[in-house]
Amino acid sequence: MVVLEASDVRKSFGGVKALKGVDVTVQEGTITALIGPNGSGKTTLFNLLSGVLPMDRGQITFLGHEIGHWPAHKRAALGMARTFQNLQIFQEMTVLENIMAGGFRHTTSGFLAGGFSLPRVRGEMKSLREKAMVLASDLDLTPYLHKHAGELPFGIQRKVEIARALALEPRLLLLDEPAAGLTTKETLALGRFIHGLKEKGITVFLVEHDMDLVMGISDWVIVLNFGQKIYEGTPLAVKRERAVIKAYLGERRAKG
Amino acid sequence: MKGDYLILLLLALVAFILPLILPGDYYVEVFLFMGINVLVALGLSLLMGYAGQISLGHAGFYGLGAYISGALTAHLGWPVPLAATVAILATALVAAAVGWPTLRLKGHYLAMATLGLGIILYILFVQLRGVTGGASGLSGIQPVHVGHYYLDTPRRYCYLVWSLVVLAFFFSINLVRSRTGLALKALHYSEVAAATLGIDVARYKLQVFVFSCVLAALGGVLYAHYITFISPETFGFMYSIKLVVMIVLGGMYSLWGALLGGAFLSLLPEVLHRLEDMEVVVHGLILLLVLIFLPGGLVGLIQKIGERIRGSS
Repeated sequence: MVVLEASDVRKSFGGVKALKGVDVTVQEGTITALIGPNGSGKTTLFNLLSGVLPMDRGQITFLGHEIGHWPAHKRAALGMARTFQNLQIFQEMTVLENIMAGGFRHTTSGFLAGGFSLPRVRGEMKSLREKAMVLASDLDLTPYLHKHAGELPFGIQRKVEIARALALEPRLLLLDEPAAGLTTKETLALGRFIHGLKEKGITVFLVEHDMDLVMGISDWVIVLNFGQKIYEGTPLAVKRERAVIKAYLGERRAKG
Repeated sequence: MKGDYLILLLLALVAFILPLILPGDYYVEVFLFMGINVLVALGLSLLMGYAGQISLGHAGFYGLGAYISGALTAHLGWPVPLAATVAILATALVAAAVGWPTLRLKGHYLAMATLGLGIILYILFVQLRGVTGGASGLSGIQPVHVGHYYLDTPRRYCYLVWSLVVLAFFFSINLVRSRTGLALKALHYSEVAAATLGIDVARYKLQVFVFSCVLAALGGVLYAHYITFISPETFGFMYSIKLVVMIVLGGMYSLWGALLGGAFLSLLPEVLHRLEDMEVVVHGLILLLVLIFLPGGLVGLIQKIGERIRGSS
């Protein structure tokens, strides 16, 4: 089943065409990677998919709904979660509160119910808290539960953001450069963790620069360059493809 | 977290005992007006500390509550509870009409819109002479009574005001701990991230803004039916500023900041009679000093002292 399908997606910033009509498809239960040199439009595509930026033209279908012009919060309510390359954690909130906020779509109580603290409100907050504690323990965040997220080391903040996105219990998880700034050891652990998500049935779409990570865990790789898709295929096929090597991997070889 | 309810219980006790032991009506009245200020400040504190938005026109909403409820009882002889309800609902509608377009935008458009609205409302209070009595004021506002029991002494009215203050704090503490509070906190620190978690940012900002205006209107209603005579200068821009100073001084990131800041600025003019003409200067000075030396406000100061005591023992 196709979870996400975007077609002919276009976006310009002033005169700069960031995306020139891109098609992507993400199959359920897979890990799909989006790679490409800096400035190729990867993060822009993620911003359009998640509704953080409005798209100029194109269509996005998510779980059978045409969501291309929906506001971000409605896409999230349908089960799309994301993390950010430049981290958007709630700095002055505790780790526990950050993760609890991720479970927002599973709560329903309104303003007045909240103000009078009806039993139903206390119940749903308790359930949010308990689920957040489990996620925190999965990601080894338990020691930091009551610390302000902004005070923690970068690697931990990344994990907090992933835990927050997972609290949404997403059908599709968009990870924007999850390994950026992590040590080799942390990256290896992250790879294992993402693979574990797939086994739990979460579909993952990620932007990543770390080629070892991408090639190690992805089922499908999409390559962008200058706002266009230049290739897609299995990791093995991508490694062999000349256009990709020239546009992207070639740079690394030259440097190495 | 549990501490909040303990503080609330303490506040309720103090509010019950103080009117009994204060020496004379004058002091009870000061305490009564303090309650009204704290009530209005509490709403602004939710808006500033949790939604990260500023209203520079809260005096206008305070005035709307006072004038609508006052005029309905003075001109049309409506019973106070009905007039008060209509006044609060009407203020909520005005707030929604201003908040709806402005809160959808990022940035401080609400501050500008409310600044303008506050000034317009003030002009209306002065100019709509037939309804508001104009610059010379509106008299004949009915006092609050239950049957033949009139709440016309400072002590009796004080209990009404502070009961509502305690109730408003109870509601707000609960709110902050609910789903709504979580959403408000989240959108304060990152609207983008909040939206990608399913939080309808504009809707939550609007809800808290309308609630904050409802508390301001309630404060206005309480003021009007106690003093039974109101005139426009009470509801001018300077009161809007004074409210913002209360929040900053008390501490923006705690609801109790509204209590401390509201209490402090209510007492200040009583202590410094001579500074009446200098009030603006004093407020400016407080704002400046707090922002430089005490960014957490009085609540932040108390927390710091508490930590130090715990640390040293």
